[in-house]
Amino acid sequence: MEFRQIGIIAGKEFWDRIRNRWVLAVALVFTVFALAIAYFGGAQQGAVGFRSIEFTIASLVSLVIYLIPLIALILGFDAIVGERERGSLDLLLSMPITRFELLLGKYLGLAAALAFSTVAGFGLVAVVLATQLNLGALLHYFGFMFSSVLLGMAFLSLAVMVSVFAADRTRASGMAIALWFFFVLVFDLLLLGALVVTGDRYGGEVFPYLLLANPADVFRILNIFALDDVRSLYGLATVFPRALADPWLLVW
Amino acid sequence: MASISPAPAEVRPASNAEAVVATRAVTKHYGAVHAVDGVDLEIVRGELFGLIGHNGAGKSTLFKIMLGLIPLTSGEILIDNASVSGGGFRAVRRKIGYLPENVVLYENLTGLETLQFFSRLKGAPLRDCAPALERVGLTHAARRRVREYSKGMRQRLGFAQALLGRPQILFLDEPTTGLDPEAIREFYAILRGLRTEGVTVVLTSHILAEIQERVDRLAIMAAGKVQAIGSVQALREQMDLPLWFEIRIAPEHLGAVRAALGHLPISAIEARDDHVAVQCRREAKMAVLEALAALDGKVLDLHVREPSLEDVFFGFSD
Repeated sequence: MEFRQIGIIAGKEFWDRIRNRWVLAVALVFTVFALAIAYFGGAQQGAVGFRSIEFTIASLVSLVIYLIPLIALILGFDAIVGERERGSLDLLLSMPITRFELLLGKYLGLAAALAFSTVAGFGLVAVVLATQLNLGALLHYFGFMFSSVLLGMAFLSLAVMVSVFAADRTRASGMAIALWFFFVLVFDLLLLGALVVTGDRYGGEVFPYLLLANPADVFRILNIFALDDVRSLYGLATVFPRALADPWLLVW
Repeated sequence: MASISPAPAEVRPASNAEAVVATRAVTKHYGAVHAVDGVDLEIVRGELFGLIGHNGAGKSTLFKIMLGLIPLTSGEILIDNASVSGGGFRAVRRKIGYLPENVVLYENLTGLETLQFFSRLKGAPLRDCAPALERVGLTHAARRRVREYSKGMRQRLGFAQALLGRPQILFLDEPTTGLDPEAIREFYAILRGLRTEGVTVVLTSHILAEIQERVDRLAIMAAGKVQAIGSVQALREQMDLPLWFEIRIAPEHLGAVRAALGHLPISAIEARDDHVAVQCRREAKMAVLEALAALDGKVLDLHVREPSLEDVFFGFSD
């Protein structure tokens, strides 16, 4: 494996996204949403303005959990199939590069673009809010940013996989949207349904762990159930295994 | 298929010349479809080798196989005595320049950036990019984006890309598509220049008239097989296609011409005003010429039309 070749491909993908202002656009979307949620998130309680980092993060999570998987899937679904359909893949593969190097380069370049816009977009908000946050709150927020990046990476890898297997771009986009529906909307309903149908007779302890098969749920668990008061707010403290909300979960 | 079975004498190139590209019994099946079916080729160093055939004859598939882009069903490909796949593939790829059919480049990059990107991948020096653009006449458009390029300019940029890294072997798939006649002439001038440097060129074309005057040897492909291989002249002789004499005479002498040629194996005579076209077999060529010369000034003008490669080509693949 030659890292030089991977770097060349990754560099092209990254700079393409910088040059066509994709990174800028996505970062702006994140900044605007995060600021709006931080200031107006409590509006239904009749209060406008920044309240607490916990509530801001909890609101951001429910937004980001829809948005980031969608952005990552849109970013990556044509990584390979797009080159194939345009006709540039043969030329690329005739270069002194292996298929794996090409694939990894594509993924890393796109991942860098997504991570950069996520960190820039939410980081700008942290700078704006810096005066109102203490160290613990900042740490919470950085934890949220970091897990957002990981959420993006996870769905980007699904998207790039789709781009390898799909026969054409149209099918790839369909598969990407289907993945989004499945992991973001359907997965939890299926688990819930299975839980109700089995009537908690058996396997009840297994279901929380099945959540770990879905990157979106891992993201939700890390951000929401790691906050003590939010967990009690959701009323899940009693049924939810404490260990699942431990950030060290990510290490193994 | 024509009933002609090409003589195997021309399959091997001139003696002790070094084969740079060798395919041995190369076969590629897609299910029941035999895209490439037992192809044996040897292309020698410094040769300008043409590959012709209908669409779907297997040319582009053979190209991709030779570049190692498609795995073989069976057979062997050697580029400079090394396999195109496996551990040494990088070294082989660096010796190769490839221009795909209907090359597609990145719309958002400029011409110069395009070359720089491929140059990095090939491990070629970036300072060669500007001269490569110069060579194909695109210096004026170096900083314009490819999306603004015309079809011909894209083709030339693709060609410049193939020249990066000073490859020893060029694979050019329909390289002159979209080029105007002037650019086609320049393109072949560049190829001749490269040939004197010892670069081997393998190209496909469907414009037979364009390629027949310019390649050293060519292979005719049909239905995944090489139907014939050799120089244009050798293929013509192999096919033994009739040739045409086009004669201009005063109309009143037509009878004299018919009489003079009466005893010769003439396959057709067509007369129109003062033009007479006479078709005969190759072995009768000199006899017809002598008979016409003996007509004592009645023939005002004479032109011999050899069978074109088109005729040869369709003779083999129809």
